[in-house]
Amino acid sequence: MEGLDAVVVGGGLAGLAAAYRLAKDGLSVILFERGDHPGSKSMTGGRLYLEPVRPYLPELWEDAPLERMVTKERVTAMAEGASVTFEFTSEGLRRPQPHSWTVLRSPFDRWFGEKVAEVGGFVIPQRKVTDLLKEDGKVVGVVAEGEEIPAQVVILADGVLSPLGEKAGLRGPLDPRYAAVGFKEVIRLEQGEIEKRFGLREGEGLAHLFFGSITKGVFGGGFLYTNRESLSLGLVVGIEAFAERLPAEMPELLEEFKARPEVAPLIEGGELLEYSAHLIPEGAHRMVKRLYGDGVLLAGDAAGFALNHGITVRGMDFALASGALAAQAVKEAKERGDFSTGSLARYEELLKGSFVLKDMEAFGHTSEVLAHERLYDRYPYFLCSLAEELFRVGAGPKEKISRTLWRFAKDLLLDSKTWKDLWRMREL
Amino acid sequence: MKVEEKLALGFFRTDDRSHIVLDQEACRACDPKVCLKICPAGLYSISEETGEVVVEYAGCLECGTCLLACPKGAIRWEYPRGGYGVQYRYG
Repeated sequence: MEGLDAVVVGGGLAGLAAAYRLAKDGLSVILFERGDHPGSKSMTGGRLYLEPVRPYLPELWEDAPLERMVTKERVTAMAEGASVTFEFTSEGLRRPQPHSWTVLRSPFDRWFGEKVAEVGGFVIPQRKVTDLLKEDGKVVGVVAEGEEIPAQVVILADGVLSPLGEKAGLRGPLDPRYAAVGFKEVIRLEQGEIEKRFGLREGEGLAHLFFGSITKGVFGGGFLYTNRESLSLGLVVGIEAFAERLPAEMPELLEEFKARPEVAPLIEGGELLEYSAHLIPEGAHRMVKRLYGDGVLLAGDAAGFALNHGITVRGMDFALASGALAAQAVKEAKERGDFSTGSLARYEELLKGSFVLKDMEAFGHTSEVLAHERLYDRYPYFLCSLAEELFRVGAGPKEKISRTLWRFAKDLLLDSKTWKDLWRMREL
Repeated sequence: MKVEEKLALGFFRTDDRSHIVLDQEACRACDPKVCLKICPAGLYSISEETGEVVVEYAGCLECGTCLLACPKGAIRWEYPRGGYGVQYRYG
């Protein structure tokens, strides 16, 4: 192991992207993964925005196990006993190339691990990195369950909780205010049946987000993604907001969501394949003090790189790009023969020049806007009540549409809280 | 479907030592016990025999929700040893 350039901790997307780029550029690298293979501890809702990532990993995607290209977007506002759905589709989502794909992380990350090996990186599974090797405050390698592995530099891609990022002094423990839990079922359905049921062409997919009463006034929402031969159906729930209210048992929330008449027919006849859960950083970049130190870098979820924009939820693209940029910074550090803090500062410079820190800085406060509980009860209820008035024909005379709209608008806009919420939403 | 049945479909390699250790003294004084409701795998319960909080660590999905949510800091939680714990096939 003498002369090893880099150790990467974690076989998720940030770690894999870093190891891939390093190995491809001829650096010696070992990636440690605590599960049976890269991906065996990974979980996503599932959609990867590939478009932002292509410049950083241009050559990779030909044989990637992507599930379906997303050509249909749906958002549903849920109230008790009612819902309003918005659907969008366009040729622009298909051409010149699809911008996003549904994925399942276990097969996807496993494939990526094989790619790392193909370009000469070593992927060592079933090994948990338990500590950092330090010398005069400088990180000089890792300890993997007793064994010391020295390296010039360590890239920490150890996930949203990042125990090693804490040990490196780069970040504090994850605060429950800045995390949500995502949990889902993967449900098997025939390929043709999925296309028929969701009105999709062959190989094309749907991304469907839900918000409102399903999380019982707590920050979060539901999601449904179509994979090739399965659906990913689940919920995201804010940890602190849920802990304060305890509105239900967490597993029960998902059962109630599945029983909704908007959801039940979509999964009918499907066979449950797997149940999984994972934490999601929601503004967790606040936990991070520095993205790099002496001989060490932080990437992906560990760095809090994720953005919930309400209708777009991103994390995997940030992980891939930050991993690739960490590798770039390490490559340049090696050329200089200097892995000190000052030399690795290049990493932050690269991130600032990319969408990663540009978007994190522009939209880093969206989690506070979205934490607002009226988004989950009052507004979905308002939308559904309005739709009810507009569409329902009851006994007696029907009100003019303009009159109904005015009545609702007045009711909403005379409420000072609405104006405050609208003002806050400019952050989105 | 019960969450136990969902977990039964997963592949877990269970270590003989739990990666989750509870500070029972802190748990006794805790009310409401957030862990009983917040775990997406529903692994926390009150033992009928001892009245203490127990956690079925073998079905842990390793999300860390309980660790973050525990108001008493009573949960010592670390990832299982290399090769142990849940192994997702879909993820």
